[in-house]
Parts: sequence; structure tokens; C-alpha cells
Amino acid sequence: MHAARLRFPAARTLPAMLFMLVALPMLSACGYNTIPTAEENAKAAWSEVLNQYQRRADLIPNLVETVKGYASHEKDVLEGVVEARAKATQVTVSPETLSDPEAFKKFQDSQSGLTSALGRLLAVVENYPDLKANQNFLALQAQLEGTENRIAVARRDYIEAVRQYNTVLKTFPSVLWATFWFTNNEPFQAFTVPEDKIQTPKVDFGSGN
Amino acid sequence: MFASLSPVAAPGAEPVKGARGRGSLTCVILFFITLLLPLAALAADLPKLTGRVVDNANMIDPAIEAALVQKLADFQKKGSDQIVVATIDTLDGEAIEPYANRLFRAWGLGQAGEDNGVLLLVVKSDRKMRIEVGYGLEGTLTDLHTKLIIENTMVPAFRAGDFSGGISRAVDDMIMVLEGNAAELEARGQRNPDNDSSPVDPGDYLGILFVIIWCTLFFGGFAMAILPPIFGRKIGPGRYRWLGMDFNVNRSSGSSGSGGGWSSGSSSGGGWSSGSSSGGGFSGGGGSSGGGGSSGSW
Repeated sequence: MHAARLRFPAARTLPAMLFMLVALPMLSACGYNTIPTAEENAKAAWSEVLNQYQRRADLIPNLVETVKGYASHEKDVLEGVVEARAKATQVTVSPETLSDPEAFKKFQDSQSGLTSALGRLLAVVENYPDLKANQNFLALQAQLEGTENRIAVARRDYIEAVRQYNTVLKTFPSVLWATFWFTNNEPFQAFTVPEDKIQTPKVDFGSGN
Repeated sequence: MFASLSPVAAPGAEPVKGARGRGSLTCVILFFITLLLPLAALAADLPKLTGRVVDNANMIDPAIEAALVQKLADFQKKGSDQIVVATIDTLDGEAIEPYANRLFRAWGLGQAGEDNGVLLLVVKSDRKMRIEVGYGLEGTLTDLHTKLIIENTMVPAFRAGDFSGGISRAVDDMIMVLEGNAAELEARGQRNPDNDSSPVDPGDYLGILFVIIWCTLFFGGFAMAILPPIFGRKIGPGRYRWLGMDFNVNRSSGSSGSGGGWSSGSSSGGGWSSGSSSGGGFSGGGGSSGGGGSSGSW
């Protein structure tokens, strides 16, 4: 009797299991995979962004040391870069919390702070011909330029991946999955152009003052 | 066809509705056409990959260009690295870095998965050049190398007006740097044997055989029923003689072609196998770039 009762549920679930065996692969054809695929793509693109920003942060100590050797009295600019770097390396957004707008904005602000500090440093360097001719500095500058460009590419790729992921969350066949199954998936944040960059630069040839 | 869809023909129906129905149908068709447009617009922006040297701005001497093509082809045989030289007239206001990256990815330079391509782009009217390095070569041909090649080799030559020489020597330098890491170069070459000489995978033959047999079974029957009445000679009611065989295409009596009917159907099967072999032309291997390399101007 016990044996019969034990066997009974197994016999009942067998057809269901067979059905699952057939039906589960079909889910992928119904677009079940679309959302996780797009999400993982966006996360991978984000990891690349972090990777390239980290690379830039790693270059900066060497750059600061090299500049110090020639222009040690430019303290403000140098300290500004060191501070901005410290701030930028503290803020990271893990791929798991990409949907948090506040964290994302903090990250973006800290990195653009470092970008403008670096810009000031490189502008100051223009006043030191010896430094500009220094081989070590040239090497660092080439690496820094390359890294800035890689950051630009990584950001563009990330924006595109996020666009696809957010579209998938909102458009027809996959929106059903988003509503009924992937209810925790939220749209990711993408980079925006900082407001100070949107303003057209003023051209002033010195006649205004 | 439109008339049958729209209710104009119905007695008493207001004609406005019919016009709207037709309009919405046109709208739908237009919508689908516009879906295709962005792709075409993006593709038109970039030059075509016509060879290893794409000299759209006519900056390279023909003799040197031929030598360059030969040199680059030889180099690819060694380690599967694809170096491509491109010159264009203008960037139309775009920065050279994103343009070079777009071009690199559109052409897919380097082998897929290996990403070992290099693009040397020269823009004539903007007086700018860039060496864009694929992901896989970033460690060997570093940003600093490309910067030095641009500043020390290309810029002086370009300023003297010697475009062919500058480009040619820059390519020599890049090859020298890439060959400097000989062990890695060889390993890449072995991982990616030359496409032209690589034997066809046995699995491919099985696939082709399967398709041939399948097509024979599937289309052979149709061919036996359809082709004899068209090409054959009529020798009786429902009976045709074609290719020296008698075919009975009478619906009621099933099929009774006099032997050999199958074999005549299969002769067309071989056409499928010639899918991917491209005769000698150059194309990117599907590599990508993450913005490595550096730019300069003269």
C-alpha cells in the first residue's frame, strides 16, 4: 500500500515531466532568452567601461610624478588631479546595480571630475617645453590618449547595449516576459553629456574686456 | 488588390473610409521600407573594402601600392594578422578616432575571436592620420609604438609631400613591431591557418551529402512530374519521352517512369556546395577593435 502510494505521484508527474522536456526548449523560441541575453550584454559592456576607467586611473600616478619633476610648483593642478583620482576610484558601480540612477550619476560625476582635472594638467604642461620633450612624458601621454579613446569606445558600446536592453524590456514580445517573469529587471542607466559640455563654447578674442 | 481590401466597392459606404484604408496600407508599406533605410544610410557613409590598400584619395603611387598589397598579403600568411591601409578625402567634420573605429568594425579586420587587425587611415584634406589596432594586437603594437610610428615616420615624410614613402615605411615599421614578438605571431598563424589552403572539414562533406540526398528526394518527384511535359516529346495521352526515358504523367495511374528517373533528378544537386568559397578577393575576418592605437596630424 505504501509502495503504491509512493509510486502513484511519480506516475502522475511523468507525463508532466515529459511535457516539460518538450516545452522547455521551446521557451527559447518564444523569446525567453531575449531579456537575459540583452542584460548580460549590457553588463559585459559596463565591465569594459570600468576596465578602461581603471586603466586611466592606473596611469595617473606615473603621470603626476613625471610632471612633478619638471613643474613641481604647479601644486594646485597636481593636487587637483590626485584628489579627483582618489574620488573617482572610490566610486564604482557594480554591474548588479546599474539600474540605480543615483549611483550611476555619482560615478559619472566623479569620472568627469577626473577628466577635467587631467585636462587642466595637460594644459599647464604646454608651458614646459622640457617636459613636453621628455620621453617618459611622451610615452605616458600616448598611453593616456589611447586610454581616453578606449573609454570613448567602451562608453559608446555600453550606450548601445543599454539601448538594446531597455528596448527589449519595453517592446512587444519580450515585454510579456518582462511583466510576467523577469519582474525584477529594470532599465539600465546610460551616460549623458554633462551640462557644462552642452553649452556652446564662447569665442572671445580679448576684445570683450 | 487594394480595391478588394478597402470597402469602397460596398454600396453606400463613404468613400473617405476607403481612401483612409488605402492610405494606412501605404503607410504600413512605407514604414517597412523606412525600416530598411537606416542600414543603407550607415553603410553608404563608409568606403568599401576593395583590397588591402583602399586608396580612395589617390595618395599612393601605383607601383608602391602593388608592392604594399604584396607585402601585406605575405604578412597575413605568416601570422594571419590583417593590416589594411586606407586613404579617404574627408571626414565630413567627424573626429578621426570614432570614424576609424567604425570603419575598422565595419570591415571586420583581423580574424574573428583573434581580433588581430590593424587599420592605417589617412585623411587627405583634414591632414590627419590614425593607426587603429584591434583588441588582439594591443599588447604587441602598443599605443606608444603607433604614436612613435606616426610622429617619427609618417609626419616628416608627409610634411615633405612623400605620402607613398611615408605610408610604406609606416607599414614596414608596423610589421617590424609585430614580427618582434615572433613566438606569438607564429602561434596566431597556427591557430588561424590560411583560409585558401585549409582542407574542408569532413563534417562539411557530410552536410553537403545530406543536402544533396534530401534535395533529390524532395525535388526529384516534382521534377519528374513537371519537367517531362515541358521539355519532353509527347508520345501518347499523358506520356512523354524526355532524355531518352518515357514518363507517364497520368494523374490517375500513379507514377511509373521507366527506370532511371531518379538519377536524372539528382544531377542538379551539386549547386549547393559552392557556398562560401570566394575567389581570391580580400575580406575582413570578423575582428573588432576597442579603440587602441593613436592618431596624429601633419
